[in-house]
Amino acid sequence: MLQTEAIQARRGGFTRRKFIKGVVAAGATASVSGYLFRGSGVFAPMLTAQGAVERLITLNVNGQQRRVDVPKYETLAMTLRYQLGLTGTKLGCDRAECGACTVLLDGVTHYGCSILTHSVRGRAVATIEGLEQDGQLHPVQQAVMDEGGFQCAFCAPGFAMSMVGMLEKNPNPTREEAAVLLSGNLCRCGDYDKILNTAMRAAELSRSRA
Amino acid sequence: MAVMRDMIPPFELYQPTEVEDAVRLMRQHGDRGWVLAGGLDTFDWFKDRIKRPEAVIDLAAVDAIRGISAGEDGGLRIGAMTSLTDVAESADVMDRYPLLAEAAGLVATPQIRNQGTLGGNIAQDTRCWYYRSGWPCYRAGGNVCYAATSRAMNREHCIMGASRCVAVNPSDTAPALVALDAEMVVASTSGERTYPAADFFIGPDIDIERMTVLKPGDLLTRIDLPAAWPNARWYFEKIRDRKSWDFSLMSVASSMRVEAGMIQDVRIVVNSVAPYPVRLGAVESAIRGRAPSEETGQMAGEIAVEGARTLRHNDYKVALMRNLVKRSIRDAA
Repeated sequence: MLQTEAIQARRGGFTRRKFIKGVVAAGATASVSGYLFRGSGVFAPMLTAQGAVERLITLNVNGQQRRVDVPKYETLAMTLRYQLGLTGTKLGCDRAECGACTVLLDGVTHYGCSILTHSVRGRAVATIEGLEQDGQLHPVQQAVMDEGGFQCAFCAPGFAMSMVGMLEKNPNPTREEAAVLLSGNLCRCGDYDKILNTAMRAAELSRSRA
Repeated sequence: MAVMRDMIPPFELYQPTEVEDAVRLMRQHGDRGWVLAGGLDTFDWFKDRIKRPEAVIDLAAVDAIRGISAGEDGGLRIGAMTSLTDVAESADVMDRYPLLAEAAGLVATPQIRNQGTLGGNIAQDTRCWYYRSGWPCYRAGGNVCYAATSRAMNREHCIMGASRCVAVNPSDTAPALVALDAEMVVASTSGERTYPAADFFIGPDIDIERMTVLKPGDLLTRIDLPAAWPNARWYFEKIRDRKSWDFSLMSVASSMRVEAGMIQDVRIVVNSVAPYPVRLGAVESAIRGRAPSEETGQMAGEIAVEGARTLRHNDYKVALMRNLVKRSIRDAA
């Protein structure tokens, strides 16, 4: 796993190598703040309980290592949008009920609103911003241009990521299979027919490039 | 009822990599701790600030309870943290327990199946919206069932097994596992216990605040499928409003062995009709030795709904259950 390692918990008798830790330097960070704020009382609740995770972590986003200070209760969609500035990932319902926040984790589609950022350490996060490579649009992006697949397009980044995940899983889907693979995304404009045209065009472009 | 529905309130986060550390942390934090698997049941509670644990124990890194392997007795063992996609698309499960593969593949959406786990699908809490919205009902420790009052919206609620609470078990994989005689393996600091699937789910008459035998400190680690049911006839159907996302209005699962045109052995389980998956023992004994025909199905459907008690908006469930039970016998293949 990239930038993650299990280390010995400092106290409490938990056995060796039993907890995941964010970055190698995090222990030092915590001890420095412990030194600076010792005795103040105010910062005591901020210190990490034994065996718990550190806030400072490194994420692999679109192939880049991004160091970021993440609250333990923050979801991936929040971190992407408000800490890393990757606002292509949309928050629609924030309840795993619309798909606008769809991102890929190790190539598999997930709802960014419903997973803790701390749970994705060591996994490759892919968002809509990472699809274009060296000035060349991803087949899915090109297909959206070709087919004019979306009306208001708030759902488009989520749909696009679901299409990328679809192509990883089934590079040659039928229209029905595409509909099933994209059934975790909602379009409130009701543009599904054009979205499926886009998906089929994306599969076609993807095969011709391969 | 003013409820914040945005940011999750702070908690301490633990990410153990071993079962023994996970159960120790769970014991240490008791009912102020929360076990996080896929998170699809969890984050609604947190965002609504209805459940506010002080410690969350994330199982994502506990590799020992993820994956599918062969059991000693020729069955299959599925780690509780195995994703529903992995269950639905596993060659072993599709080949030998297609009933479970079908049920897992009909849960919610692709994204939810990629992240949601088999253990989480089984152990999930009820979706009764009075309860999920934070109303102080019986299940939440109060003394009213808001879903059973005269003006309540209770189209999705139960027609049997009620005891003060009328919520239903929403799991799709639960009835399939009961119909396959699966066993649930539960770890805690005092060791490992095994429950037959049918005993794993409990009704409000046993404990109104839980859906399963799991108490704080108990961790569902594995689901064992016995060798008894591979290659049997089976049937699964899930009825819901939309073809994606929705929880079932009702689901039925059956396993059946037929010899010389007669039913030798059978399990029929219906979910979302009661607070737990209902195994239809009376139906099973009545149809043993008969042909899996339209007539047998018809008779089974009538027996199945005996004693059903409807609420204001859910009498359609009686007819639905009658038909689903009939199909689960007539159309099992």
